[in-house]
Amino acid sequence: MRPSLPAAVTAVLVTVTVAVSGCSGPAATRAAGGTTVTVFAAASLKATFTRLGRAFEASHPGTAVVFNFAGSQALAEQITQGAPADAFASANEASMATVAGAGLAAGRARPFATNTLTIAVPPDNPAAVATFADLARPGLKLVVCAPAVPCGAATLTLEEATGVTLAPVSEEQAVTDVLAKVRAGEADAGLVYATDVIAAGDSVRGIAFPESSRAVNRNVIVALSGGPQSGLGQEFVDLVRSAEGQQVLADAGFGTAT
Amino acid sequence: MPAAAGAAFVVVPLLALGLRVDWSRFGELLGSPSSLAALTLSLQTSAVATLACLVLGVPMALVLARRRFPGRQVVRSLALLPLVLPPVVGGIALLYTFGRRGLLGQTLDVLGVPVAFTSVAVVLAQTFVALPFLVVSLEGTLRSVGQRYEAVAATLGAPPSTVLCRVTLPLVLPGLLSGAVLSFARALGEFGATITFAGSLQGVTRTLPLEIYLRQVDDPDAAMALSLVLVAVAIGITVATARLGERAHR
Repeated sequence: MRPSLPAAVTAVLVTVTVAVSGCSGPAATRAAGGTTVTVFAAASLKATFTRLGRAFEASHPGTAVVFNFAGSQALAEQITQGAPADAFASANEASMATVAGAGLAAGRARPFATNTLTIAVPPDNPAAVATFADLARPGLKLVVCAPAVPCGAATLTLEEATGVTLAPVSEEQAVTDVLAKVRAGEADAGLVYATDVIAAGDSVRGIAFPESSRAVNRNVIVALSGGPQSGLGQEFVDLVRSAEGQQVLADAGFGTAT
Repeated sequence: MPAAAGAAFVVVPLLALGLRVDWSRFGELLGSPSSLAALTLSLQTSAVATLACLVLGVPMALVLARRRFPGRQVVRSLALLPLVLPPVVGGIALLYTFGRRGLLGQTLDVLGVPVAFTSVAVVLAQTFVALPFLVVSLEGTLRSVGQRYEAVAATLGAPPSTVLCRVTLPLVLPGLLSGAVLSFARALGEFGATITFAGSLQGVTRTLPLEIYLRQVDDPDAAMALSLVLVAVAIGITVATARLGERAHR
């Protein structure tokens, strides 16, 4: 069969569409006319930063804030590969070091919030978990993050600091996956961020434990020098670190960074 | 020309992957304990899932190809659903069926057969997504082979079980084998349903695709080396099924 012209056009269109949508998702939704500031932020910041984005748009008429929420390390990779971003908020300092090391940060990254781990259990707490040491009980189905991602690194730090050896039934890729397993009742308990438990509402119960202060993740933010709207990126950073921004973060369960 | 563009669209990304692999560390990356555990687990669970597909899929294909009954089209569409369903949706469906608080999970838990977070969950997820490949492949072969030889054998006095084992199955063997190979390949590549339903733990539920996804975060070189292994397996499987297809049409 001879290939038809429409088929050729379709093939080219598909190729172009795929190429364009590759790494530049936020750019594709850019509003016509006005300016757009693009912020790459850790997945755990989705709720708070979306609120702050709306506040930024209200105080900057004609400016739209576009977010790319994903794992901090994945975002850092995208930025070093040339993704157009004006500001980067990381859930840990290691991912920020990747971006700073590539010379893409406009200035020094500043801490703006902290996050600690907390125990999440199904609302009826079937395994009657009360303390961090309870998580090591034999037969208890515990789900944690894999050591390769920030929440898993924090879990490992806690194990080392407390001497409690955990035997999880699953090491998930993202903190949201841990939460989903607890919410479905598959797991008896999971280790997630304090902010995740607050965001999950009544679907899980959070159990705070004093040892959590031994593994604190510092969230850091910086404007990016290579971004198309680097100046506005800096203004967004200032908003996050302002009293207003800090209040929104505190309401969501984040700790204050010093 | 468009055909060349299509071919390039498939080949170039694979080539890019091959070019990025750190060949000097290739052996070391594949030989690490976590890589070996994922590889072994993937091969074992995929083999069991393929067996499960044969046990469940052969009767389904026989009924769909040979029996006429009301609602056959509906049954066929339902049987093929996992083919078009996003795997993550399959995973959620399995979770609410075999999970601890699922439809059947509570009964299984009482019977002392825990499914959640075990290799059994991996096999269930793989079987769920791979089964249609076997059914489609075998049903197609059964139809193209026709029923003439079966009818002759039956008139010569062979009981139905003899007809099935001595006439039908040998006739459709190439279709059965290519269906089994495709099911194995689909099981090997299964990701979405596994991560949603089975979890991820080295040596228990973390299959090769899950290991690749995780390593991409902290050791992209290992992720690429493991990806190349799956590419090699995929090439081997397409070549094998193409050969089987040729033999069936000779």
